[in-house]
Amino acid sequence: MEKFTTLQSRAIPLQIENVDTDQIIPARFLKATDKKGFGDNVFRDWRYHKDGSVNTDFALNNANYSGTILVAGDNFGCGSSREHAAWALTGYGFKVVVSSFFADIFKGNALNNGLLPVQVSETFLKELLSILENNPETEIIVNLEKQTISVNETLSESFEIDAYKKTCMINGYDDIDYLLSKKSEIEAYENATS
Amino acid sequence: MKKTLFDKVWDAHVVDTIKNGPQVLYIDKHLIHEVTSPQAFNELEDRGIPVFRPNQIVATADHNTPTQNQDQPIKDELSRKQLEQLSTNCKKNNITLYQLGHKYNGIVHVMAPELGFTQPGMTMVCGDSHTSTHGAFGTIAFGIGTSQVAQVFASQCLLLTKPKSLRVSVNGKLNKGVLPKDVILYIISKLGTNSGTGYFCEYAGNVFEEMSMEGRMTVCNMSIEMGARGGMIAPDQTTFDYVQGREFAPKSEDFDKKVAYWKTLPTDEGATFDKEYFFDAEDIEPMITYGTNPGMGIKITENIPVEENASFKKSLEYMNFEAGESLINKPINFVFIGSCTNSRIEDFRVAANFIKGKQKAANVTAWLVPGSKQVEAQIIEEGLKDVFDAAGFELRQPGCSACLAMNDDKIPQGEYCVSTSNRNFEGRQGQGSRTILASPLVAAATAVEGKIIDITKHLN
Repeated sequence: MEKFTTLQSRAIPLQIENVDTDQIIPARFLKATDKKGFGDNVFRDWRYHKDGSVNTDFALNNANYSGTILVAGDNFGCGSSREHAAWALTGYGFKVVVSSFFADIFKGNALNNGLLPVQVSETFLKELLSILENNPETEIIVNLEKQTISVNETLSESFEIDAYKKTCMINGYDDIDYLLSKKSEIEAYENATS
Repeated sequence: MKKTLFDKVWDAHVVDTIKNGPQVLYIDKHLIHEVTSPQAFNELEDRGIPVFRPNQIVATADHNTPTQNQDQPIKDELSRKQLEQLSTNCKKNNITLYQLGHKYNGIVHVMAPELGFTQPGMTMVCGDSHTSTHGAFGTIAFGIGTSQVAQVFASQCLLLTKPKSLRVSVNGKLNKGVLPKDVILYIISKLGTNSGTGYFCEYAGNVFEEMSMEGRMTVCNMSIEMGARGGMIAPDQTTFDYVQGREFAPKSEDFDKKVAYWKTLPTDEGATFDKEYFFDAEDIEPMITYGTNPGMGIKITENIPVEENASFKKSLEYMNFEAGESLINKPINFVFIGSCTNSRIEDFRVAANFIKGKQKAANVTAWLVPGSKQVEAQIIEEGLKDVFDAAGFELRQPGCSACLAMNDDKIPQGEYCVSTSNRNFEGRQGQGSRTILASPLVAAATAVEGKIIDITKHLN
């Protein structure tokens, strides 16, 4: 897993609530048996019309916006557990998703793929979206060590992250390494309960 | 200390606790399927890690399988390769696979309980969010991502922070025509799609106590649609009777010993929950959804609400519905009865009971997709297939089918489908398709009438 410490980037605003993982990556693209190529189809049915033409109204196709931070509405990543959604977002180049609320399974999947979910207050999200609307070139700074997200001197907020997961993100560790180090405790549990 | 059902099962599975961090939770049963497992197998192979406990893994093919001509080679190349990959991976790692055509094949959340793999007091996971289904047995069961599938392969454990507890109680007498699906759609319509996020839910009250196991599975299945990772119902005699005698359930003395333990699992009197909700059964009526998430549900007799926010408007625009309108008499061309929510024998009995002696409307394409080979066999054995055939319904072979439309069972662009599945997200049943979630009874009635009707007026 890639390490994450700080990031300064422009951002793409996605002013939609309850973005489900079927929208992030539709089921018809889940036939692959590796993790590659999902980025090409991220938000496929919002980015393109059914005839294949580009939907210029959609945020990711708006030339005014760019960057590796996605700023989305409340309850991002609900629905299906497909980790393909995290692979699609990282495949497209995103490193951070900002929202006022994340669905459980998506949040875990994101953290397991070096994609940082930053949960902010509703007020902060609203202000951030409005700033991005008025000034698309705004840069956002995410500092994982300090657990802060800031836009400028006046707009800054701290965010929460599980201490263990934070260590994993900063060092690029994953849970398998840790679990394998617990083999003897696991076997002891099995013996005690069987 | 007074404990909840969830506490009891969780605490019995904690292997270790990281200071100020997550816990190492032991997983009793791991269910896998073709779509969310290949990358996990790759991960292990790349790192040279063996599968730790292959005997505790059960595999089936369901998401990406055709529902016609299952005896013939699969035409779609990518789908065929994905299924071949599952076979290869299972063979290589000594994992039991009930592949397409096997008499135990079926949707993972239908076949596992049916075969007795699912038992009270267990921890179960699967790379599928509807794993919450198994909570109907008093099991901690929840969906995981593929990285976690790899973790369970490697260690039979997961690193997790214990979720908060939530209890939803429904008491009273259910109205005529109200099925378990209506109960859960009603709950989600009241609580919204993220009220359960961060929580594990227990369903309590006489309504759930009086429900069959099939009904309880329908309810627990949709826990994830209100954001809860899982939903549970206390095991009782109904549960024990369902489990007893099933192929992989404990037998004779072992079974009795288990039952004695299972009886200790229900939530202690006086145990507290982080959040509680109470509903009256009398307030629940047959439900339908009008929007693009499962929380956007109304009683079938109600009008679509009027709301001013952008996401609500976007949703209605997608559905081509007007705020404030009624859905009664809306013409419908597609009906789907199936999915891990409603593809068990009871669901088809309800449908057949309504359909018997009637005809499917000419404008409707009606797909009936059983949840497993065993359900399919039972449909035929009980004579339900004859009822469906005579009425013009099409009984297909088992699989996830049009619930997520990974295979060829897709609803065309712009068409409405009254569906017994669990998600009405944009394009869920095919690009541009419009899903209306409902019970098998409402779905059957829609297919007969060719439009949405007030089912309550059609019941004796």
